[in-house]
Amino acid sequence: MHAGIIFFLVILGSILFHIFTPWYWTDIASNWKGMDDTITLTFWVGGGVFVAVCLFMIYCIFKFSYKEDRKAEYKPEDKKLERILTWATTLGVAALLAPGLIVWNQYVNVPKNAIHIDVMAWQWGWQYRLPGEDGKLGTTQVVNINDNNPFGINLDDPYGKDDVMIQSDAINLKTNRPVKILLRSVDVLHNWYVPQFRAKMDAVPGVVTYYWFEPNKTGEYEVLCAEYCGVGHYAMRGSVLVQNDQDYETWLSEQETFSDLIAKQKILEVGDTKLAKK
Amino acid sequence: MTDELDKNKTTYQAQSSETMGGSGPVTPDMDYVRPAEIPEQDLYHGHSFITKWIFCQDAKVIGVQYFLTAVFTGIVGLILSWLMRLQLGFPGAAGFMTAEHYYQFVTMHGMIMVVYFLTALFLGGFGNYLIPLMVGARDMVFPYVNMISYWMFFVAVAVLMASFFVPGGPTGAGWTLYPPQTILEGTPGHGMGILLMLISLSLFVIGFTMGGLNYLITVLQARTRGMTLMRMPLTVWGIFTATVLAMLAFPALLVSAIMMTLDKILGTSFFMPTIIQAGEVLDYGGGSPILFQHLFWFFGHPEVYIVALPAFGIVSDLISVHARKNIFGYRMMVWAIVGIGGLSFFVWAHHMYVSGMNPWFGFFFATTTLIIAVPTAMKVYNWILTLWRGNIRINTVMLWCLGFIVTFVNGGITGIFLGNVSVDVPLSDTYFVIAHFHMVMGIAPLMVIMGAVYHWFPLVAGKLLDEGLGKWHFWITFLGAYSIYFPMHYLGFIGVPRRYFEMYDSPYMTSAVGMNEFISIAAFIVGAAQFILIFNIIKTLKTGKKSEQNPWKANSLEWYTSTVPPEHGNFGERLPVVHRWPYDFSVPGAKEDFIPQTTAPSEVVHTKVEKT
Repeated sequence: MHAGIIFFLVILGSILFHIFTPWYWTDIASNWKGMDDTITLTFWVGGGVFVAVCLFMIYCIFKFSYKEDRKAEYKPEDKKLERILTWATTLGVAALLAPGLIVWNQYVNVPKNAIHIDVMAWQWGWQYRLPGEDGKLGTTQVVNINDNNPFGINLDDPYGKDDVMIQSDAINLKTNRPVKILLRSVDVLHNWYVPQFRAKMDAVPGVVTYYWFEPNKTGEYEVLCAEYCGVGHYAMRGSVLVQNDQDYETWLSEQETFSDLIAKQKILEVGDTKLAKK
Repeated sequence: MTDELDKNKTTYQAQSSETMGGSGPVTPDMDYVRPAEIPEQDLYHGHSFITKWIFCQDAKVIGVQYFLTAVFTGIVGLILSWLMRLQLGFPGAAGFMTAEHYYQFVTMHGMIMVVYFLTALFLGGFGNYLIPLMVGARDMVFPYVNMISYWMFFVAVAVLMASFFVPGGPTGAGWTLYPPQTILEGTPGHGMGILLMLISLSLFVIGFTMGGLNYLITVLQARTRGMTLMRMPLTVWGIFTATVLAMLAFPALLVSAIMMTLDKILGTSFFMPTIIQAGEVLDYGGGSPILFQHLFWFFGHPEVYIVALPAFGIVSDLISVHARKNIFGYRMMVWAIVGIGGLSFFVWAHHMYVSGMNPWFGFFFATTTLIIAVPTAMKVYNWILTLWRGNIRINTVMLWCLGFIVTFVNGGITGIFLGNVSVDVPLSDTYFVIAHFHMVMGIAPLMVIMGAVYHWFPLVAGKLLDEGLGKWHFWITFLGAYSIYFPMHYLGFIGVPRRYFEMYDSPYMTSAVGMNEFISIAAFIVGAAQFILIFNIIKTLKTGKKSEQNPWKANSLEWYTSTVPPEHGNFGERLPVVHRWPYDFSVPGAKEDFIPQTTAPSEVVHTKVEKT
């Protein structure tokens, strides 16, 4: 009896906790409301099953606790009941899977007008590269990376010259324009994750991975590394500032391009040679 | 010879369909069971202390050895979890705790609990002790190999523990050991620590293969007369299927461990692409980190079921015995175990939805993963339907079973969140995942282990554990563990990432501070409560009264041995002959509320037995 009461309180407590919890989603700041909706649906269906199963169990504790003079029912199988339960479960599972797959289909198909952003990760930091006026990112190679070419851009790739380089862990995005995050790592696995955007994907050395989202709320958000990457993992943070079009364009125009950097280095080199000659 | 056997078989089958009808007259060949085809096993009986208790070939002693060694590693894992919770709940409270230490504790806790504790306990411990007894065999079919299996495990544990004491300490790569970081300088224990881990895992797999072959062949070849596959207790079905999975899955772990060892010491590049570290281009190139993840999870997902299936089997038996009712839908239960086992090889990449593998895989693996929910749900229904109209003893064993149902259903449902690919995206690598897998493959199987300990202790030691202490043990553990992991899901909703040594003051995470403190305190209490069991065992061994044979009035063969605890050889002069499944509880017309598997049909003709 006591057992039944305690189990009942546990289930009741779980429901109350869910209703009154102060800990829940951060306010969503991207287009992935579909993910939240699927979760809410799963909560209703799954939570309903959990509560139903537990209440049935608790009912059995109250109703069928051991009595010397009672005998349990003898019924090895009930084919019909088992068939009904199988089909009902299959239907329920399908109803949860379908919306999940629909959202996933959106997730893997990036809109054509997405701005491509190269997110480069290393132990332990981030930096970003945006396409220049040609709208395309130059190709890169890990072995090209050095002080003069922090992103390892292939020097013979014409698309690379006008790329905008943001050598900082903070980046700006503009509202209501999809971005395709192209992830790169030069050493180990990382994951560029902003809880408010919901989306994430690992950065894997050797390949370029991607995902997309559309920020739709201005504000500053924290970037967290969401794939364990060694002892500095927990400190690998960054930030995103989502701005309206005007502020974003102003910010973008102030950033340095790859050709700016090359030019600056040439001046320095010339300076160096001059110094050496003297 | 062959002809004669076939004829015998026919009569036997005709016989069993006749008894299916229930009550009827006694016919002369009603109790007929096919004669033995092979002579009985010749056993080596140990004579000295060493051959009896140390290098022992008796599966029961080996089972206890596995059990005790696994529990030792479990206690180490528990202490590591305390240290982690200390840091998470009260950052900086332990002065010595650096990020390096934290990650080493996380890694060792995970690996120990999954492989060296749960797997070894269920298959090595319960498998060795129960398989021969439950199928009516004198011992495992290869007792000598079985003995070596345990000692390989012992060496594997010793190597693992040694890694705590080498320069650089144990590996801190996370239990998934994802390259490239595992063997690079940014990870603690990237030198000796990771090497010892890989060696230990390889030893474990080798030893485990020896044990596993034993379990499989004993189940397939050494069942006693009349013990058909569809009369085996579900415990044996669960352990048997889990062992099949282990035999197929562990090789993937072994090859990935070997390849990573080569990457580490010979500089090969199986998993290592071109990498820059500290401005230097390393001598690696062309390898694939994702390849490792596929290999690891090809092992890792079946591994979840290697732990879960024995728990499913054992809990089915415990529920049936203590509800005094046959397990509902036995055939469905068997096929669900086998089906889940088979499907578990087609779902591995649901651990990798955001790993950077081709995202189109997501459609396939989400579908297979959610399909697995169907047989799993069937099992849950059948457990609660077994309680329905039962005559349920609410004792310590049953409490653990009920706790299992609550935690398993809870963890199973959150599995549907994570398996459904787009829902996994925001939740993966957060505390939601931690809460999910601890609930479903930590707490739930642990509930079964505890129930099994209270259930079979009278068989192993001949004494009943104290019920009062047992109930305290249960309630503290269940309520404590539930209040650790239930709220933890909500940390995941906030977005708190896992494997963070410190949260700092991220604006939306500060609200989690109070909950983290609460969870840590609950974790300290739950951990400490486990010592109630150790105290209970010591107290019972010292002062407990001798229990009667078969105190739970169970039907399966392990309770019908010649002596309690069973001696080497298990069944005295003659092996038992089996006439029915082990779930004939509360059969209408029977005098008692149970009919042992060894009871011949002619002894119970007046009963309405439906399944034999």
